[in-house]
Amino acid sequence: MSTTDRPVATRPSAVVPEIEVDPGAFRHLADAQMNVELDTGDMVLNLGPQHPATHGTLRLVVRLDGERVLAADPVIGYMHRGYEKLTEYRPYPQIITLINRIDWLSSFANEVPFVHAAERLMGIEAPPRAVYIRTILTELSRIATFILFLGEMGLQVGAMTPAFFGFRDREHVLNVIEGATGGRFHPNFNRVGGLKDDLPWGWIAECRRTMDIVFKSCDDFEDLLMGNEIFEARTRSIGIIPADVGTSYGVSGSNIRASGVDWDLRRDGDAYLAYRDVDFKVWTHPDGDSYARYWVRLQETRESARMVLQLLDAIPAGPIMAKVPRVIKVPEGECWVETENPLGQMGYYLVSKGSTGPFRTKIRSASFSNVSILPWLLQGVYIPDIITILASLYFILGDIDR
Amino acid sequence: MADETPPEGNGTEAGEVVEAAEGAEGAEVPALGEREQALLDRLAAELGDGVVEHAEACGDLVVRVRPDSWRRAASVARSELDCDYLSFVAGIDWMPAEPFRGAPGGEPSQPSQPSDTAYGAAGSAGRFQVFARVQSTTDHHGVTLKTDVDESDPRAESWVEVYPGADWHERECWEMYGISFDGHPNLRHLYLPSEFQGHPLRKDFPLLAREVKPWPGLVDVEGPAGSDEAAGGDA
Repeated sequence: MSTTDRPVATRPSAVVPEIEVDPGAFRHLADAQMNVELDTGDMVLNLGPQHPATHGTLRLVVRLDGERVLAADPVIGYMHRGYEKLTEYRPYPQIITLINRIDWLSSFANEVPFVHAAERLMGIEAPPRAVYIRTILTELSRIATFILFLGEMGLQVGAMTPAFFGFRDREHVLNVIEGATGGRFHPNFNRVGGLKDDLPWGWIAECRRTMDIVFKSCDDFEDLLMGNEIFEARTRSIGIIPADVGTSYGVSGSNIRASGVDWDLRRDGDAYLAYRDVDFKVWTHPDGDSYARYWVRLQETRESARMVLQLLDAIPAGPIMAKVPRVIKVPEGECWVETENPLGQMGYYLVSKGSTGPFRTKIRSASFSNVSILPWLLQGVYIPDIITILASLYFILGDIDR
Repeated sequence: MADETPPEGNGTEAGEVVEAAEGAEGAEVPALGEREQALLDRLAAELGDGVVEHAEACGDLVVRVRPDSWRRAASVARSELDCDYLSFVAGIDWMPAEPFRGAPGGEPSQPSQPSDTAYGAAGSAGRFQVFARVQSTTDHHGVTLKTDVDESDPRAESWVEVYPGADWHERECWEMYGISFDGHPNLRHLYLPSEFQGHPLRKDFPLLAREVKPWPGLVDVEGPAGSDEAAGGDA
């Protein structure tokens, strides 16, 4: 790519001492050095679209001065599926299947705000048992998402073992989700007004056992990575997001809590699911760097497991489906519902005109805004840090491209 | 930006405007919550007659502002309402969806949309609108702001100076609706290839997959003729 139209990065040129040399002597050396000048111009490097640090296809075009990033431009859209358009052509039950695929690591959590929006406009409420099961499954998908992150972050700094631990332990959680919903990744379990099925026999005991595995798994990650010299060197003070910059870019979820913003929609948003009945702590970290993001997610994984145990103890009996008409027709109106998803704030602005399908659905996905800070965040970092920063922001491309 | 007050706003008493807005709206919209009312009052006090209309949608405050107050509304929201967090900026096309053309017998292979143009909460002056949501991470409130966009020359003021995160949202809105944003530094395609023609989220842009093949789930959705009323009657 041409570098002529851009100012060449300024850097003090090496001072070559003037030495009088006989031109005949050392000719072989002079030949070798002839016209060899270090190019101090900047260089454009293309990262991606395929890279293991990205869940999907994210392309990053960075302009480099040596190893330092001058400017970064994320190129997205490789997985754009046009969900906002598709929702205008589908009835509500089919859209639930569709939005499973937005953030595919925590599909169940995607369904909840959409179903909530439809329920609010229709003026119905899911029965308490369904609400509890929804909350449990949302927290389980959070655990599954975060355990993968906790392992994979190790991989990005060169530690293979945590990655295998991550995949191994996530499988236990996915088994539990599969046991209840029938789907490992795409449960498609929510219905407007409740859930598709009740829990199978023995599921609660199985879920309790799995939470023990989760606690053990978190301890493993802590032992392996926290305090590890290489891990700390690669993550401490790398990719710092100040709180005010983060919020103005719309960074949410664990990423903004790692910058010291004490804001969790489970506690601070409109009351949704059963979070008002659960005693839990919102973890924050003041540093805002990659390490803080890892630390916050580690604590949140444990907190979610504790929440699941509390919810399992308190789960009420009763029906799992409210009385809803066979054909879902949502009355005219508009509704904004936001939830705290594993990756951050997920929201749907649902505009209905009284039909069997929405008139307009604005899907506010967390990763989209979390990644939009990259051009700001990557300025001045070194190439190897790009990878750890990307990994610590933790995004799913389906959640960006929609 | 912040000192760029619309000339109309200077001559009007803020309190007067608030009362006028309440008088006009009090009859039809349900009363706002205490927190929402306080937000609206502060917004109206700063923007003057920049606030056109307000409404309540599922407990949230929706405020429609004049197009020339759009950027100022953002800076007021950020500085006066402590809404430090930008949730999204998006567009909407209120035109009724075009009836499906390709299916045999002219039957629509999509959930039927009403053919009349009805505008949502807080109304609209025309076909296009830009709406955005800002929130406070400290006080946990939020407000949805809307502004009208002229159909013949769709443009709105950019929020990038106030909320840098609006950059990608506005690029998306521009490519999906063809609404350009004045003051946006870099308005180019976000999702779609740069040679893409058209604006896919406009209601007159057909979903090509449906043009080719009618939706097989149609029978499931609509149910047998006649059973629709019986089933959906209590909705």
